[in-house]
Amino acid sequence: MIEFCGIELRHRVINASGCFDALAAARVFGEALFEEFPFAAYVSKTITLHAREGNPPPRLWESEAGLINSIGLPNRGLGAYLESDIPALARLPVPLFTNVMGSTAEEVGELVESLEERPEVAAIELNVSCPNVATGLDIGADPRGLEALLARVRALTAKPLIVKLTPNTADVAACAAGAEAGGADAVSLINTLRAAALAPDGSGLWLGGGSGGLSGPAIRTIALAQVWRVAARVAIPVIGMGGVCCGRDARELIDAGAALVAIGTESFRDPLAGARIARELEGSFTQIAR
Amino acid sequence: MSAPLARRSAPLLERRVLGPYVVLSTIDRLARPRPGQFYMLATAERWGGGEGERPFLARAVSVMRTHEDGVIEFLLEDVGPGTKRLCELEAGQELTILGPFGNGFSASGSETLLVGGGIGIAPLLELQDTWGGLALLGFRDAEHAEGARLFTDAVVATDDGSVGHRGLVTDLLDRELERAPTSIRACGPPALLHAVKDRARRHGVPAELALEAPMACGFGACYGCVVATVDGYKRVCLDGPVFEAAVLA
Repeated sequence: MIEFCGIELRHRVINASGCFDALAAARVFGEALFEEFPFAAYVSKTITLHAREGNPPPRLWESEAGLINSIGLPNRGLGAYLESDIPALARLPVPLFTNVMGSTAEEVGELVESLEERPEVAAIELNVSCPNVATGLDIGADPRGLEALLARVRALTAKPLIVKLTPNTADVAACAAGAEAGGADAVSLINTLRAAALAPDGSGLWLGGGSGGLSGPAIRTIALAQVWRVAARVAIPVIGMGGVCCGRDARELIDAGAALVAIGTESFRDPLAGARIARELEGSFTQIAR
Repeated sequence: MSAPLARRSAPLLERRVLGPYVVLSTIDRLARPRPGQFYMLATAERWGGGEGERPFLARAVSVMRTHEDGVIEFLLEDVGPGTKRLCELEAGQELTILGPFGNGFSASGSETLLVGGGIGIAPLLELQDTWGGLALLGFRDAEHAEGARLFTDAVVATDDGSVGHRGLVTDLLDRELERAPTSIRACGPPALLHAVKDRARRHGVPAELALEAPMACGFGACYGCVVATVDGYKRVCLDGPVFEAAVLA
């Protein structure tokens, strides 16, 4: 058992938000999913105050050693999440982390307050890769804005608050420091890197949403650099992610300063990737000790 | 029945060339797919590295035919880095499989019309083997029309008229609709499915359409494979790949 923000976890490997749908997986894989749940905690897809349809297809493009997605955060909204998803997710044998996004501080506050009341939710992750309506910049790209947002929502919950940082910023460590100063309990990174693909027939951008986010092994070394910079700057725990495919990749993020490692694209290829990587990671510690 | 929660190795038992298509035979000892279901396929070697670092993600491929002993056949055409790699695989080498996924077709009957275009003929074969029904198959040319050899009872149309009817498979469908079929099952390119949906509505014949969409996972995680329905976007992997024509927007 390891401890993260006061939460006991079986191992150091969790899923990246938006990269595993436990309720869909339960439909597809049945009871085996509950018996062999691959992650030490389950991080939900991003929940917003109101339902979102998501972006028009096409939503995916396979790139060199990676994937560009433009999904657009489809979800049924906070009400449906509280009413039907949380009770279903409570069956999972691991702690539930709920990821939320609001386009204003008021919205984020409302989301956090609602989750604070639910004992099934072990931690709250804030997706701050949402454009500020006034500036057009991602809320999470501005260290002072991030500090102000955190200071405001910190008062609303006693649950651990994790800030999912955006990598699409000039100084990710400054953003992490802003989140810490505002009262965040942990930061997680990296989110996907902004990327685009052109339609093979030359008709313009391929993805229905225009640009998308790049993930997969293609971004792993960038993740390593950003995790290292952030971990050197803040005292709160860091959840590292970006292109991790095996225990050795996870071990490198831990060595760069991450407390936990999250798996995203690799669990599209292998639904049990989380458990496999956790085993391989454990093996890497044993090897060093010898 | 649930899909096994495990990506696993499966030997390529046989590789047969059929015009521009390749039939891959493998065996799944853990699951028995239903008609219209699919697997996520990759090769065990040279996948996720090498030139261009593609293919990286597994490819969704519908089951063409199953056998009593667990042998499963897939129909492939080399149209990109993933299908190219799968088509190059030789007997004795290993596939990586995950599945079977998706809802599959509902039971059809001898009065069901099976309408397929190009590589989309694959899931219809299992239907014909299981429940019979006349297959109406459309292809680009005589080379592609080799695919029709897989079927016992098929009428063929080719774009260039080199085999069978010169024109679209929907011309054949129009003719058959006069005989009041009980239902239609179709799979093929979007334009074909659109035309089938249109005719099914006009003639009041229920139709099930098997859709294709690029997907990263196959089990509802990535939300990448959505299709517009009267109820909003639905994931092709989870709520499909077979949809009643009437629910598609």
